[in-house]
Amino acid sequence: MTRITVTVDGAKYSDDVEPRTLLVHYLRETLGKVGTVVGCDTSNCGACTVHLDGRSVKSCNVLAVQVDGHEVTTIEGLATEAGLHPMQESFHEHHALQCGYCTPGMIMQAIDVLNTHPDPTEEQIRLGLEGNLCRCTGYHNIVKAVAAAAKAPGAAAVSSSKVGD
Amino acid sequence: MTTRSIGHSVQRREDPRLVTGNGRYLDDLGRDALAAAFVRSPHAHATITGIDITDAWEVDGVEAIYTFEDLDELMARPLPVLIPHPALTHPRTCLALADTEVNHVGEPVVMVVARDRYVAEDAAARIVVSYETKPVVVGVAAAREAALAVHDDVPDNVAAHLIQEVGDVDAALACSPHRLTIPLTIERSACMPMEGKGVYAVWDRDDASMRMWSSTQTSTGVRAAVAARLGIPLARIQCMAPDVGGGFGVKINHPWPEELLVPWAARALGRPVKWAEDRREHFVSSAHERQQLQEVEVGFDDDGRILALDVKVWHDNGAYTPYGIIVPIITATQLLGPYKPGTYRCEFWSLYTNTVIVTPYRGAGRPQGVFAMERTMDAIAAFLGKDRTEVRSTNFILPQDMPYDHGLMFQDGRPLKYDSGDFPASLAKLKALVGWDDFAAYREQAEAEGRKVGLGIGCYVEGTGVGPYEGGHVHVETSGQVFVATGLTSQGQGHETAFAQIVADELGVRFEDVHVTTGDTRRMPYAVGTFASRAAVMSGNAVAAAAKVVREKALRIAADALEANPDDLEIEDGVISVKGAPDTQISLSTVAVLSNPLRYAFDDAAKAATQFAGTFDPDKPPVAEGDEPGLEGKGFYSPTQATFANGMHAAIVETDPVTAEIRILRYCVVHDCGVMINPLIVEGQVHGGVAQGVGGALYERMAYDESGQLLNASFMDFLVPYASEVPFIETDHLETPSPLNPLGIKGAGEAGTIPVSAVLASAIEDAEGFPILSMPISPSELWELRRQRASAAAHSATTEGDR
Repeated sequence: MTRITVTVDGAKYSDDVEPRTLLVHYLRETLGKVGTVVGCDTSNCGACTVHLDGRSVKSCNVLAVQVDGHEVTTIEGLATEAGLHPMQESFHEHHALQCGYCTPGMIMQAIDVLNTHPDPTEEQIRLGLEGNLCRCTGYHNIVKAVAAAAKAPGAAAVSSSKVGD
Repeated sequence: MTTRSIGHSVQRREDPRLVTGNGRYLDDLGRDALAAAFVRSPHAHATITGIDITDAWEVDGVEAIYTFEDLDELMARPLPVLIPHPALTHPRTCLALADTEVNHVGEPVVMVVARDRYVAEDAAARIVVSYETKPVVVGVAAAREAALAVHDDVPDNVAAHLIQEVGDVDAALACSPHRLTIPLTIERSACMPMEGKGVYAVWDRDDASMRMWSSTQTSTGVRAAVAARLGIPLARIQCMAPDVGGGFGVKINHPWPEELLVPWAARALGRPVKWAEDRREHFVSSAHERQQLQEVEVGFDDDGRILALDVKVWHDNGAYTPYGIIVPIITATQLLGPYKPGTYRCEFWSLYTNTVIVTPYRGAGRPQGVFAMERTMDAIAAFLGKDRTEVRSTNFILPQDMPYDHGLMFQDGRPLKYDSGDFPASLAKLKALVGWDDFAAYREQAEAEGRKVGLGIGCYVEGTGVGPYEGGHVHVETSGQVFVATGLTSQGQGHETAFAQIVADELGVRFEDVHVTTGDTRRMPYAVGTFASRAAVMSGNAVAAAAKVVREKALRIAADALEANPDDLEIEDGVISVKGAPDTQISLSTVAVLSNPLRYAFDDAAKAATQFAGTFDPDKPPVAEGDEPGLEGKGFYSPTQATFANGMHAAIVETDPVTAEIRILRYCVVHDCGVMINPLIVEGQVHGGVAQGVGGALYERMAYDESGQLLNASFMDFLVPYASEVPFIETDHLETPSPLNPLGIKGAGEAGTIPVSAVLASAIEDAEGFPILSMPISPSELWELRRQRASAAAHSATTEGDR
């Protein structure tokens, strides 16, 4: 077992983990943050996408020990008391989800896209989301939701990283 | 006045929890449960000669290891044949755990239960199963050849053979002015929901009862199957479908071996047990679909009118047939689309192979049937030098022909009789949407720029909303909040939203006050499931019927309270008032209180229903004879036949002259699913369906090698399209109501997927100028076709020169 200390969604945790434990399993099983899901095990689907120090990573491809001393934001850390994150709001408004399984990862990646391209073209959105699979929506409304969110203030920001700052 | 909710693009009720990570999928439940993992066959066809589990017990945290030997008599039986059919003469199903033989890679052999999944997998890796391998049948061509057998007691690998014929096809062929023969191939693909299957079971020893959750498309089906195999009365088992991360068909098959084994182990161990399928397991041990070889012979006249259509289909059903022959039956019947050939015969053979089983995948045999029909239409047009839409129009069933009975039996055992549709109108809309008549000019311009473009089209009719029935339960609580339950499950279709819209309208309450539960046998034990684009039709009409019952009861109670005639009352926003005298009113919540005569006042509102409140006639019993307490009601909808939706798609593609890369420039859909409950949701279904169709047409296939190993069993190698591969979908709708149900609705779930392979084949053919007879098609395959054409042309030029 290895001791790690990590900030997740603004709160600090210290836990003993097996060196082989994947970050996604640490989040889900140790912390009970089951909002981040597993879709493929091979880093292709992006359902498990979270932010590590503000950049998107696939948490099935990161070991829990690798995040020792770092800061993780999951889908559960986006909404604030003031309401949903603009990206969450936009996904709802544009019907950018159906079964919702890819949604946590898709939203985390979409925010990352806007961090890179604050005013993205359709192509930048589509290429930016290449790495996140959705089997329900055909991406039609996802692309629209991301484009619309780009126009909303604060869509690229993640509140909990402010907490950590 | 409240506006009607049906027909409006209401935003979904499901979203707030799903966008915040508060959805609860199967693996999100039961954090304290033991985890199951399976040892699966690495061979496609083999005899099991021994299983050594000794080493596995050395792993700390292992709780149980089960092989076939451990199963009791009920559990040791082969899994059920869910849909028997007289033509399915040789059904075969697997065992929960393999005994002496395995018939595909991935078949479960040993179950390990341990502290967590890591430990279970560690132990599973230490189990040694010895096999003697047997010769393998891979692919439908090998199955048809029948040099080798999948099951020793199934002659020629034929599970089923069925012929349906309308009219004298041979005679009509013989006197047709023109005849063409078209050989076609479609490869395997699969549903690939983002969430795999999963089961979680909790056995309550004190109560001798089971609660289980499955990522399923039918919780009632799973409940009944588990009850039967575990020998538990239905009264002692409940099954819930939690949030389900997509289904697309694969989760309607049941019980999966794991759906039996997990609750069985939970009872044996007295501990909660959970299994969540990983992606590789999903590839090799769930289900695939689509593979068929087809041979079409068509006879037609100078106008392109089909006089005789003779189709043979060789259908790959994989190693077992738990779901019967629904898929090839649908191919054989839905192949006809919006057309009325003079005579029709379809003969199919459903064949065993040593590969993963085949059960319905969105479209369920229709994509293959539509591919056959639409390739035939294009071939006729090419032969006669006619516009492809003209040949289609010539063969259309017209609105005045409705209802149109094809004289065939559909997948529900009932007549293939179209209820409504306006195919010429749909085609006109599609031509306008894609700019059909302007395409020649566009192509000319593209050619001038050195680009190859093509325009394709495909039409389909989809039987939706098959029976036998669904039910709805509506309960108005004393808070005025309305709770609705229907038994079929949800996998992202937005049922909580759409059914709330229906109940809000039918009952006269605000949409926000209606709360829908699906797939929970505790709330509605009678249900069938979510498949065949049936949920909106079946449960939509069922909850509407239930809401009507509640409305009538509410008006009756309110009439008593207001001393009015029920016919003079109306309900709006949950308030019942006298028409024309809105001040004489009573709220639905008060009516709910009055509906349940009480001994005890549990809150202030409840006082009105107690014995000394003076609200009841002392000469009558508190609950009238034949009446029931509570403001609730049930309704069921059970149609005599399916209702037939339809659609037409067109696409413009560009093929790279050098690399043969295929790019979709535009994709247009005209869709008719009758009355739309929620256009936002319908459009979403169409978008997603088209994307799956694009995957099946251009990217996805199951690459089995000659020994039956699936070479691309991960998302690294099985290419589900990303956002970069699917264009925006342009849609237009026609709403031809179904005369068969009160709401006039038809199903929409599968529609988008159905014609896509046909449409893209048509477009690529149009771009390239030679026939496309096999789908999916990759750039390297298209490049190879070009090379073959060029080489054949060069060869024939040389031969000419030699003469």
